[in-house]
Amino acid sequence: MLTTLSRKMIMALTGAFLCLFLTIHFLGNLQLFMAPENARIQFNAYSHFLSNNPLIKLVSYVLYLSIIVHLIDSILITIKNKKAGTTYQQDRRKRASKWYSRNMGILGTIILIFLVIHFKNFWYVYKFGHAPLDSNGQKDLYEIVVTTFQEWWYVVIYVISMIALCYHLIHGIYSAARTFGLYHPKYVRWVKYIGITFSVVVCTGFALMPIYIFFTS
Amino acid sequence: MKLTLKIWRQKSQQQAGELKTYTLNDLNSHMSFLEMLDILNEQLLLANEDPVTFDHDCREGICGQCGMMINGIAHGPLKNTTTCQLHIRSFSDNDTIIIEPFRAGAFPIRKDLSVDRSALDRVISSGGYISTNTGQAPDAHAIPITHQTTEAAFDAAACIGCGACVATCKNGSAALFTSAKVGHLSLLPQGKEERAERVINMVNAMDEEGFGHCTNTEACEVECPQGISVLQIARMNYEFIRAKIFEKEK
Amino acid sequence: MELNARIPDGPLEQKWENYKKNAKLVNPANRKKLDVIVVGTGLAGASVAASLGEMGYNIKSFCFQDSPRRAHSVAAQGGVNAAKNYKNDGDSVYRMFVDTIKGGDFRAREANVYRMAECSLNLIDQAVAQGVPFGREYGGYLNNRSFGGVQVSRTFYARGQTGQQLLLGSYQALMRQVDKGSVKLFARHEMLDLVLIDGKARGIIARNLDTGEIERHAAHAVVLATGGYGKIYYLSTLAMGCNGSAIWRAHKKGALMASPSWIQIHPTSLPQSGDYQSKLTLMSESLRNDGRIWVPKKENEERPPNTIPEEERDYYLERRYPSFGNLAPRDISSRAAKERIDAGFGIGPLKNAVYLDFSKAIKEQGIEKIKEKYGNLFDMYLKITGYNAYEEPMMISPSAHFSMGGLWVDYELMSTIPGLFALGEANFADHGANRLGANSLLQASVDGYFIAPYTIANYLSTEIHTGKIDADNPAFAKAEEEVKAKLHQLAGIQGTKTVDYYHKTVGKILYDYCGLSRNKEGLEKAIKEIQLLRADFNQNVKIPADVDSINIELEKAGRVADYLEIGELMCYDALTRNESCGAHFREEYQTEEGEAMRNDEAYQFISAWGWNGLSQEPILHKEQLVFEFIKPTVRSYK
Repeated sequence: MLTTLSRKMIMALTGAFLCLFLTIHFLGNLQLFMAPENARIQFNAYSHFLSNNPLIKLVSYVLYLSIIVHLIDSILITIKNKKAGTTYQQDRRKRASKWYSRNMGILGTIILIFLVIHFKNFWYVYKFGHAPLDSNGQKDLYEIVVTTFQEWWYVVIYVISMIALCYHLIHGIYSAARTFGLYHPKYVRWVKYIGITFSVVVCTGFALMPIYIFFTS
Repeated sequence: MKLTLKIWRQKSQQQAGELKTYTLNDLNSHMSFLEMLDILNEQLLLANEDPVTFDHDCREGICGQCGMMINGIAHGPLKNTTTCQLHIRSFSDNDTIIIEPFRAGAFPIRKDLSVDRSALDRVISSGGYISTNTGQAPDAHAIPITHQTTEAAFDAAACIGCGACVATCKNGSAALFTSAKVGHLSLLPQGKEERAERVINMVNAMDEEGFGHCTNTEACEVECPQGISVLQIARMNYEFIRAKIFEKEK
Repeated sequence: MELNARIPDGPLEQKWENYKKNAKLVNPANRKKLDVIVVGTGLAGASVAASLGEMGYNIKSFCFQDSPRRAHSVAAQGGVNAAKNYKNDGDSVYRMFVDTIKGGDFRAREANVYRMAECSLNLIDQAVAQGVPFGREYGGYLNNRSFGGVQVSRTFYARGQTGQQLLLGSYQALMRQVDKGSVKLFARHEMLDLVLIDGKARGIIARNLDTGEIERHAAHAVVLATGGYGKIYYLSTLAMGCNGSAIWRAHKKGALMASPSWIQIHPTSLPQSGDYQSKLTLMSESLRNDGRIWVPKKENEERPPNTIPEEERDYYLERRYPSFGNLAPRDISSRAAKERIDAGFGIGPLKNAVYLDFSKAIKEQGIEKIKEKYGNLFDMYLKITGYNAYEEPMMISPSAHFSMGGLWVDYELMSTIPGLFALGEANFADHGANRLGANSLLQASVDGYFIAPYTIANYLSTEIHTGKIDADNPAFAKAEEEVKAKLHQLAGIQGTKTVDYYHKTVGKILYDYCGLSRNKEGLEKAIKEIQLLRADFNQNVKIPADVDSINIELEKAGRVADYLEIGELMCYDALTRNESCGAHFREEYQTEEGEAMRNDEAYQFISAWGWNGLSQEPILHKEQLVFEFIKPTVRSYK
């Protein structure tokens, strides 16, 4: 049996890897903000590179594994916590903490649902569906993206999900630093600010992508 | 002052409990919260009812024996204050106050507001000490310890073991309690010898007692009567990782 | 009965060494065959249980609280004395011995006091090794503060929570032994009787407070480290659960009680604010290092303190005792406060307090320095009273605090019952008629860590061949029956008054007639009143009838029933001591200036009382005090 500390360590490690992935994903996707024609060529070439590079392939398996472990571990943790914790007839304990720190599970569930939609929208279509080809003969993921974000409700789902992700990340990064044993008040403060900045920049950026596409194409 | 109290009454661990309502009139606002319960108990006794069982002893905020959820907050509305140090001037005339025991999976209820917190003792007995027998000690000045280190160790050692952190934690985690002892002892040079074993044993004991995970919501620090910092939990994590990395094969 | 303290021969400095040299030992293999019961888990109880456990004996440790860490040693604030002379101000074991003997008004045993001073050195080492975070200077060495009644700085402290930190040290040592299996812990158990077999202490009857079950526990020796009974005054600085029941029940089984009326009234506690009040919180005496005590010069002064000009303030301690000033010993400070309050100069809504003023210290040292030294005490004051002591003086008043009296013990800390030891505040020990500040933590620790482990081993060496003590012995059965009968009797009264009513009433009687000052007439009256109150209690007390489960009122009733007997003995003790010494101030015996008048010729002895049945005059035994090494003088702090 893993200790409660080790379980949290797994959450923190997988979470940290997911953050790393998120960073790369984010930087790559910035190409969507280019002028449409350039964006199409570049983005598709980039996607092609990612899906064919063996090293990236390996990383992607680690990624899937991370998501699954992060998910299973969170379920195990929640089960134990439900048993160990309690409720009160009148409960004002929430005055002492931030709502998102108490609701990582709910935020995580929103993100999970989003992931299913997101995978279905792009990953599945790209891998197994009938993707159109671009002028270079590469699968035209860009086209799929643009088509998807013509639908306003997709845009709304994506934006809401990014808000959830943002709060999940703010607490996740902060909490992971604790789990990793960062106890010096100075660095704890730094990590807090860096974490918030990262979460807000990445999630705002991601959220702007569907909005930008919805309004420009 | 007039106050209406809704108090958790439960005859024993096996029986179900419920909130019961009592009204007290003509209270003096300088009265402490527990003195108010004394008065209630006196009235209950004289009316042939069972008085409310609650834990308390020193009534000066240091023994850690008192503790209840007052309007859904451990030890009531004041910061850094135990239940016994709370006075009813913190409430308004005609207020209704809901009083419940410190609940957690690892704290079974004995009766009414009194819970069994012996799990915390068992966590300490698993390793919350420096293994020194009587008579073994070198001169107290043999190891100088800086003022800062001593003060930092004291900040952690100030824990009174009341269990407010556990009762406040949505996960019923004893991370703050355990880490306070880990922090206190691992900061001091004389405690460093067995720091690895200590943290591993204490974390294992904490888990065996059925306390939950720490989710770093930091609510425990806010409600801790001694204001123990959540950074102690981070230190415990650090000590734990360090211990695991350098753990010797058995 | 001839009382023999069995003090070892030799010069003062070598008595303890000589004792240890000659004490009999128990072979490690034999230790596991020997059981010891330790009642109480304060500094004395936890430390002796841990130390004996480390040595290999089988220990059963009992406390009525939910955890051993709650014992009331936890509440000691100021510090612990030790003659380390780290301050280079001329301190030594001998000087500490002299201070303590003098502080106790020459009513303590020289050999015991010297031993305590001697062992104080080891205690600091022991505590530091356990991780007690004593205050340190920036260079990393231990710091000291000064305390009442002495002219050196020998008090080690951990902020204002020294007792807590020392107790946690011994609690942790105890829990370590619990983990190792050498100590078995019985929390939420209350000792209700002592069991004697063939005249020796062989076990206890305890009530499991969770289930109401009455349990028998047998052992080769019983240690009572159950603290003091100052809570008899109801309003006191003690914890609500503090009680004299364990020692009182041992007393009724034959152990003598020594000097029960010597109760220290602490000068710096918070004043009472109404009749609902359940306790008086102590403000550490260390505050008197920087605080100045005064009352207005005008009777019934109504102006707020800060508006009273300097020349209209009476710094009565500085006036009466210029060389010790605000650091005069506790008995003297308390009495001086009472004198001013009784004369009509008291302050506060009930005119029952004096001011403790920090404005000068704040001006001289800065608010930050004062915050660092006493921050937690000032916070506590604010919480309890709602006043900010950085801005206006604190209001303080005297309150019952420490019982110097307790079970009579010899040099080995053994009572008059063989195999029954009493440690810490539960014995009468080392403080004479008045305890110096920061000596109680010291005495409790030293008894538990360094003295009892030797003396108990010496006793147990004769028990190796005894074999397991049988809890089925008729003596256990009889004691159990008696305990059960007593519980049923209490639960069966079903009268009309609460236990607290009786407790408050006996407390009031004692404050009035057997408190800071006493006189013959008052004491005689008190004895009658207590007897009447006891009779009333036995007819009219009301508690829930259930004795077989958790019943908090039943627990209290048993303790108060004992208080109603202890109080009577206290009055007899005070009545028969026709002198003033330390905490015992008989109005008939004072100088023209109102200072205590001791009578060494007639009263240089310890009164050790034997139980003679309910409402019977107790039997007085005397232990003559011999001063070989120090000459009793008139105690002057002027």
